Formats: sequence, C-alpha cells, structure tokens
Amino acid sequence: MTTNDESGPDDAALATTAPQAEVVAHRQGMFGAHDAGDTSGYGGLVRTVALPPPSVRPFGGSFDAVADALEAALAADGTELGDAVGSVVVDRDEMTLHVHRERLLEVVRALRDEPDLRFELLSGVSGVHYPQESGRELHAVYHLLSITNNRRLRLEVTCPDADPHIPSIVEVYPTADWHERETWDFFGIQFDGHPALTRIEMPDDWPGHPQRKDYPLGGIPVEYKGATIAPPDTRRSYS
Amino acid sequence: MTDRTIDDTVDDAYGATESEPAEGKVFTAAGGDWTDIAEEAASLGEERIVVNMGPQHPSTHGVLRLILELDGETVTEARCGIGYLHTGIEKNMEFRTWTQGVTFCTRMDYLTPLYQEAAYCLAVEKLLGITDEVPERASIVRVLLMELNRISSHDVAIATGGMEIGALTVMTAGFRLRERILKIFEHVTGLRMNHAFIRPGGLAQDLPKTAIDLIRGSLPDIRADISDLEKLSNENPLVKGRLVDVGYLDLAGCMALGVTGPVLRSTGLPHDLRRLEPYCGYETYDFDVVTWDSSDAYGRLRIRFEEMKQSLRIVEQCLTRLEQTPGPVMVGDKKIAWPAQLAIGSDGMGNSLDHIREIMGTSMEALIHHFKLVTEGFRVPVGQVYQAVESPRGELAVHLVSDGGTRPYRAHFRDPSFVNLQAVAAMCEGSQIADVIVAVASLDPVMGGVDR
Repeated sequence: MTTNDESGPDDAALATTAPQAEVVAHRQGMFGAHDAGDTSGYGGLVRTVALPPPSVRPFGGSFDAVADALEAALAADGTELGDAVGSVVVDRDEMTLHVHRERLLEVVRALRDEPDLRFELLSGVSGVHYPQESGRELHAVYHLLSITNNRRLRLEVTCPDADPHIPSIVEVYPTADWHERETWDFFGIQFDGHPALTRIEMPDDWPGHPQRKDYPLGGIPVEYKGATIAPPDTRRSYS
Repeated sequence: MTDRTIDDTVDDAYGATESEPAEGKVFTAAGGDWTDIAEEAASLGEERIVVNMGPQHPSTHGVLRLILELDGETVTEARCGIGYLHTGIEKNMEFRTWTQGVTFCTRMDYLTPLYQEAAYCLAVEKLLGITDEVPERASIVRVLLMELNRISSHDVAIATGGMEIGALTVMTAGFRLRERILKIFEHVTGLRMNHAFIRPGGLAQDLPKTAIDLIRGSLPDIRADISDLEKLSNENPLVKGRLVDVGYLDLAGCMALGVTGPVLRSTGLPHDLRRLEPYCGYETYDFDVVTWDSSDAYGRLRIRFEEMKQSLRIVEQCLTRLEQTPGPVMVGDKKIAWPAQLAIGSDGMGNSLDHIREIMGTSMEALIHHFKLVTEGFRVPVGQVYQAVESPRGELAVHLVSDGGTRPYRAHFRDPSFVNLQAVAAMCEGSQIADVIVAVASLDPVMGGVDR
C-alpha cells in the first residue's frame, strides 16, 4: 500500500504482482509488557505488525463482479478505476476499497446508482485514527449494503492530520448526516459539504476529539478496601 | 462559567442572558399553572413557537431532546438533540482486553444487551478465524437468549409506547411479561441486565440444569401475556385512532435514511439479517419474516407482536435442540477459552473451588494459562471486520479493528436506534404535536444505544 500522493493509475487495483503489506508497528519481547525487564530470554524477539496486504485479481467470490461493475460505471464517466481506488483488500471474506478522497463522491454515486451494484443502504461511517501512518493518519470507513444483491462493501478514505478534509456524502446517502457528525465529533475529520457539521455526542463547547489515540482516556485512582486501583490507561498493559 | 456574566436582574437561571440573547421571548415551563403560561404566550399574538421537549420528558422514550417548531399544534420543524447518555464506551473498550469488552458493550442498548454481546463476540471470532469452531451448543444458547431478548425488547417498546399515549394498562401488562423473561435471564446468566454472558469463543458458562424446564414452564405464561396485550391493543379503536397513518415513512425514505428493523419491514420489504446473512446457525431455524404494508406506527406495532410470536417458535426449537446437544460451550483452544469453571459459593458466583484446587495444587501449566489469559488476554490477528446482527431495532453492527494486540484497536457500534432517530424529522414535520410521541415510540429508540 502506498500513500495517497504516491499512488498512480497503475496502482494495486490493477497490479498483477502481489504488493507488499503495510507495516504499522514493530513489537519487541515475549509478552508485550513495557514497564519491566523481559526475563524470559526472548527480550530480543521482534515481531512486525502488518495490515492485511492489498489483493490482486481474481479477488474471488462476487468481489470481481463488484470491481468490474464499478470499473465500467467509472469508465462511463471517464474515470479509470485506478484513479479513484488506490487499492483493494479482500480479507476475512470482506472487501475493502481504499478510495482517494477527491474521487469519493463519484465512487459512492456509482455504487448507489449502477444497476449491477445497487448499494442502496449506507450502514454507517466510522473513524479510525492511526497516528503512526504519517500523511494518512485519519481514516473514515464507510460500510455499504446492497439489499438487491445481498452484498456488503467497505470503503476506506484517508486524510492527513494536517489537512483533515473529506468530502461529505450526505447528498448521496442522507443517512450519512449523523454518522459524519459523529466522526467529526470523535476524530476531527471535517466533511466538506455537510449541511450542518456540528458535534453530536459531546457538548458543543467540548475541546478536542475524544476517540483519537492522542486523547487520554482519563480517570482517577479508586480506593477499595485499602487497595488503590489505577485508572485504566495507566495500568500495566500488553501489546 | 468563565466568559459568561450572570445577569442578576433575571431570576430565570435557564433563560437567555444579555450576552446570548434568545430569538424571541423565552418561557420557562417547569411546573406551575399551564393556563398562565398559555395566556402569557397568547398575549404575544404569535402562533409560531419553538418548544424544547425533553431531555427529561416522560414521553420521549429516554433522555431524548426534541426541538419542535410549532405553528399552533402543527409541527413545522422537528430536530433531535442527543448525547445526554454518552459514556465513552467505545473509547473505554480500547483500554480493556478483548474479553473485557463484552462487559462494556452489553451496557449500550440496555434493552438488548445480548445482541451487543453477540455482535461483538461474532466480530472477535471472525477476526480470530474461529467462527466455525464455536461449539454448536454455544450457538444454540446464543440464539435462545437473543430471541428471548427480542421478546422482552419488543414488549418494552409496546409497553412504553402505550404508556406514552396514555394507555397505562398496556404498560403494566407489558412489564409483567418482561419480568418473566428477566427471571429467565437471571436464572441463566445471574443478572437481569448487562449479562456479559456471551464471550468470544462461546459462553461464560453452560445453562444451569434447571434452565430448560424453567423456560418451558414460562412459555405458556409468556404466550398468554402476548395474547392479552394483542387483545388489548390490536383492534382497540383508541390505539388505532392514535397509530394508524401516523409516523409514515415509505421504502424510499427508509433507504435514504438508513432505517432498518420493524420500521423498514412495515413498508413491506422482508429485510431481516437472520435470513439474508445468517449467523449463529439461524439458517437452520424455522421462522417467518414478518412484514406489513402500511408504513405507519400501527404496522410497526403489529410487526412487533408477530415477531414476538415468531421468536417463541425459535425458542421452542432451541429448547428441543439443547436437549439433544450436549457439549462444551467454549472453543477448545485453551489459548482463547477463558477459564469458565464457575460455581456458586457462599459468597455468590465465582471460580469453582475444584478449579482453584487444580490450578493451585496440581497443574502449574493450568495456573500459568489462567493467569496469562486473565491478566494479559489473548492476541487477535491484525485486520478489520464488520459484523451485523438483526437486533429488535434493526441492523446492529460492529466495526472492529485489531492491531494484533490484546485489546481492540477500535470498536465502533452501528446502533440501529442512532440511525433510526434521523427519521424523526421526516416522520413528524407537518403532523400534530401529539403524533410526534407516537412516531418516536414507533421508532423505539433506546438512548443508551444512541449515545453509547
């Protein structure tokens, strides 16, 4: 997987060789604890954590039909599939299209209207924050459902923390209204073109976006029968 | 209160201050004589008023704030204010192990705890790749509990909906039925709500030996209660007068607004995830997907009644299967299966003394496994999944992301109440204010799930 600005028309969606998986973290030691020495003798063990790699055709099942129909629909509008879709990941029998944000509206409109696709229902939008992926820290994940074809599809759109803008898809799927407000509230992604992008769960004057990884969980130590229990984010943790 | 000045000349703490003037005159109705308020409002000679209904109002189905612009009794604009029950459950789940997550998500929609548990556990199992290894008995118990939960949830929807339109007998009769089901839950899981009984890989423990007899024994009462409620409401002219053609939302509206569940089925579309994307072995049970064609609140009431009866059908099939299906209720993989050897002691439910004797006295390895699993938890391979189940309110889904660690990297719940509430404006604008109550009740939002 490559970053947004590096990906060109002949990207993973059309590639014939298996692209490399994106490494998101390296973990050391045996137990994943960080607050004490590793006495197991495996302290030097290094494991890499990589996201599921982009897939190449054939994707299997009905996923190829989705890709073909989307390619045809976009071609009718004069867009190459590779221009709009950075990569395709098929993992655990679910398909994810990584869509470039500037092409998002075209893609969702095709997905909703194209007779062979017909994703009538947007199930939801959820944000994910990957602070270590520089240049694409914030992800908005769209879950689509086609009742006609009984299929699901996931779109993933990224934006950098420094420029947290993604076009709003409320005009295509009105149900995205509250979902996008929630994602703005919790992650700080600004959905351009949203009719009223205000906070929805947190109070209007709340500072910060609570679901981001750099936002602390908070909490106070609690004393119970003489023992003091630390707040959850300061307890010993394993990764 | 740093940058706001308190105006001493105004004795209304909730009224507008000089620094933030309100648009028009503000009336505060907090008890007192309504005639006075009405006369004062009438003296302005203006019919258009904006009313804040809620967040604390007995007819808004929870801490929901409805902002209604009224022209006389007609609602010209309706908006929802939510967030009053936001507790940061999703954020909290990122700081607990995968197993502890169940304890959190069960508290979201407090009327359907077992659906959140099931959706979350199915998602974890999908990430782990052990969906097919979950023992059959565990799946049957999951279906059994979910369907009982569907009855109690629909029952509360009907009961509180009845209360909100003034039919208090529907409420008292409904809560009597709910009590029968909560007794079953208490017997099986130890708790009436917030069970944390379904765990990744299976269940916390098997059914008590007496459970099947208890459930069988309760079914006639449950069936009779449903029947009584139906006789009380279905053809009742007052109920029909309030519900028929109220809260209208057609198929196109449901699709655009993402509305699922009984509201979608009341438009005639047989959309039910138990049929379309079966999980927990739903494809092997006999039941009908109930639809109605009126797209209104009355159709949704009838659908809920019919679905309760279909759930009873499934419960009976589950009981028959449970008698023939012995077996574990947790996956065999000891790296995932939490020690589920629980027993009732003098101080309540806890680890069984036999289990403690074994791990402390005879098996060092079992002790290490127990300790590691409970303190550290298990690791889940990196990736993301989306798992949906058909909750009583519609599509309840979990978007779960793992970074390969012992905790969820991100857990997002697509709660059906949250999505369905968006339909309030489409259902209520142009109707009478009394119909807003009926429309909201027919959506059956549960604010614990909306706000999470």
